[in-house]
Amino acid sequence: MSANKGEHRFGMVIDLDKCTGCGACSVACMSENNIGTLLDETDKIRSITWLRVYQIDNGKAFPDTQIAFIPRPCQHCEGSHGHHTPCVSVCPATATDYDETTGIVSQIPTRCIGCRYCVGACPYHARYFNWFDVPWPKGAERGLSPFVSPRMRGVVEKCTFCYHRYQRAKNKAFLEGGSVGEKDYQTACTEACPSGAITFGDLNNPKHKVHELAKNPLAFRLLERLGTNTKVYYVSQRDWVQRKLDNYLAGEKLPVKAAS
Amino acid sequence: MLPIVFEWHWDIGHFVFMGLFYAALTVIGLGLVVAFRSTMKDLNSGKDPHDLGHH
Amino acid sequence: MDDSKFWPQGVKRCKPGMFIAWLLLPLALGGWATLSAFLCLYKGLNQTNMNDYFAFGVWIVVDLAIIALGAGAFFTGYLTYVLRRHELKNIINAAVIIGFICYSGAILMLGIDIGQPARGWFGFWHANVHSMLTEVMFCITTYAIVLIVEFVPLILENRQISKVPDLAIFAHHLHRIMIVFAATGTFLSFFHQGSLGGMFGVLYARPFAFRTGYMIWPWTFFLFILSAIASGPSFTTLIVMWTEKMSGRQLTSHSVKMLMGKISGFLLIFYMVLKTADTAYWANVTLPNMGLTMGDLYKQGPYGEWLLWVELGLCGWLPAIMLMFQKVRETYGLLALAMILNCSGAVFNRFVFTIQSLAIPVLPFENFASYLPSWQEWGISAGVIAYGLLLFSLAYRYLPVFPQEAELNK
Repeated sequence: MSANKGEHRFGMVIDLDKCTGCGACSVACMSENNIGTLLDETDKIRSITWLRVYQIDNGKAFPDTQIAFIPRPCQHCEGSHGHHTPCVSVCPATATDYDETTGIVSQIPTRCIGCRYCVGACPYHARYFNWFDVPWPKGAERGLSPFVSPRMRGVVEKCTFCYHRYQRAKNKAFLEGGSVGEKDYQTACTEACPSGAITFGDLNNPKHKVHELAKNPLAFRLLERLGTNTKVYYVSQRDWVQRKLDNYLAGEKLPVKAAS
Repeated sequence: MLPIVFEWHWDIGHFVFMGLFYAALTVIGLGLVVAFRSTMKDLNSGKDPHDLGHH
Repeated sequence: MDDSKFWPQGVKRCKPGMFIAWLLLPLALGGWATLSAFLCLYKGLNQTNMNDYFAFGVWIVVDLAIIALGAGAFFTGYLTYVLRRHELKNIINAAVIIGFICYSGAILMLGIDIGQPARGWFGFWHANVHSMLTEVMFCITTYAIVLIVEFVPLILENRQISKVPDLAIFAHHLHRIMIVFAATGTFLSFFHQGSLGGMFGVLYARPFAFRTGYMIWPWTFFLFILSAIASGPSFTTLIVMWTEKMSGRQLTSHSVKMLMGKISGFLLIFYMVLKTADTAYWANVTLPNMGLTMGDLYKQGPYGEWLLWVELGLCGWLPAIMLMFQKVRETYGLLALAMILNCSGAVFNRFVFTIQSLAIPVLPFENFASYLPSWQEWGISAGVIAYGLLLFSLAYRYLPVFPQEAELNK
């Protein structure tokens, strides 16, 4: 774990043993962030799901079959030295940025030229290109959240850890005096999860739950070996689930958790 | 691209990158200016293009 | 209708009717491309078969391929004007025209490939100087300006245009300082051929593309430069040979072609040594560090190890060795074959880096997705080729492209 220059490092710890795969997080995310629905959503690699829930299994036949669900928001990579995030470093138009004060990877759709280099750079498929204009039904604008701009065709979008909620929490803290507390800034997916699998907070703040949870020896990150240095941690007691989170050579043991 | 755009940082990356870019543009621009001026000079002195010889 | 007074001095061209009949091919392809471009701009990129897994498709492959093959312009220009290899003056005009076609074609194509073409200038205005793609955008655009400056004197040398004294003198003076433009072009080309390679090498979360490197430059940076200057002269020569076959006239002496073949061959040998070493290092050090073996990356769909054999063997080492032999270079057909293989190798390399890099899932639980371009994507790709055919045909007919032509066809 490398330290940020800024005071916050917002991150997530997702307990895969608690996740039931219900998809409430995805739905909450879509409604919170004004993600539209196309007339035809059959082609899943062209539809937009900021938080996608993958289903994996242990590859064994009945009765030894086990399944697990992996909710995958943007991993908000920190990279090797803060801003060397796979996507941020490649964007030609500075349409995506690494916020040093929060550790959040932002996306500015109105700045995006739609070259899709970032989509190719991200190994998590967390970035989505708007292949279509969203056919918002008449009157749908009244159901949209006023805090997040809907996106136009031809730009890339992704999970922002509900950054607008952080802005709102900061405003509230400013008006009432004091600072942004753990409860004041929670993402929509965290709040929606019925089994409490998702925990969100400031990884740098010892008072936040994620600070301890991320240190769990059973906490792993997706594709950790690539050096993306993500801020989304996954916890599972199940050995096969842990192994599925990264690539290992034959005979390679699970990496020993660094004492940090 | 220009220091008035807010992404601009006065750092080594911008110095090298933009420095080389503007240097290349300057060289191309100056080359064209030289070609124009020489053309004007030759035309004013009433030189016949066929006397210039072939390259 | 007689256009013979526009032909270059002392040469013959086919009848106007025949020329127009030939132009129907590029014009027809151009029509297909125009319709495709209209659909992509009006309805959006959903007209393509690209998706979030294949963020880049056939357009980027064609882009990278023609820019690599168009490198004949800068490298031949460098050898002709900076290193003063005077025999190359007999082919430099063709190289410049091909370079201009390739670069302007690529820029046109990129204008359709980006999701918001009207915002293309943001890449300049809001430039992120740490991105290889920014470097590509700046260098390609600036180099396109250089290519225009190099192309203009040739247009002004048209038999009728050069009768205007102002223009003839201007063309003369542009020629006089061509070394300045050639040197600037070399610098710009060098960096963007490199940054095109860097674009893939820096993708450290994409094991198939990622390469370690020197300072901020991944090895692909240097390899792309080398493969471009190895294949570019071959491509220029091939186009000249094709024009010779079509027109039935010899356009440059064989010794010029042999020299181009020799240059290509030596650069290709050098490239192949480094490329083979790079592949070995990547397979044995870079990939295992990421928990992968090379076999893991060559088992998805059609992307098997045959690609590696074709790129490095059939279209890499084979033409490199062929071009080393004087006998091969002396024989018209064998020289052409070696050059075709050489150019195919460069195209294969660009294809693999663009498509296979994206096709191989990185997440262990992710599925392989397939991609085949739509007719609109093929249409735009065909359009760039049509644009090249049209421009080169017109240039050959009306501009004094080949200084040796009149002499060789007396």
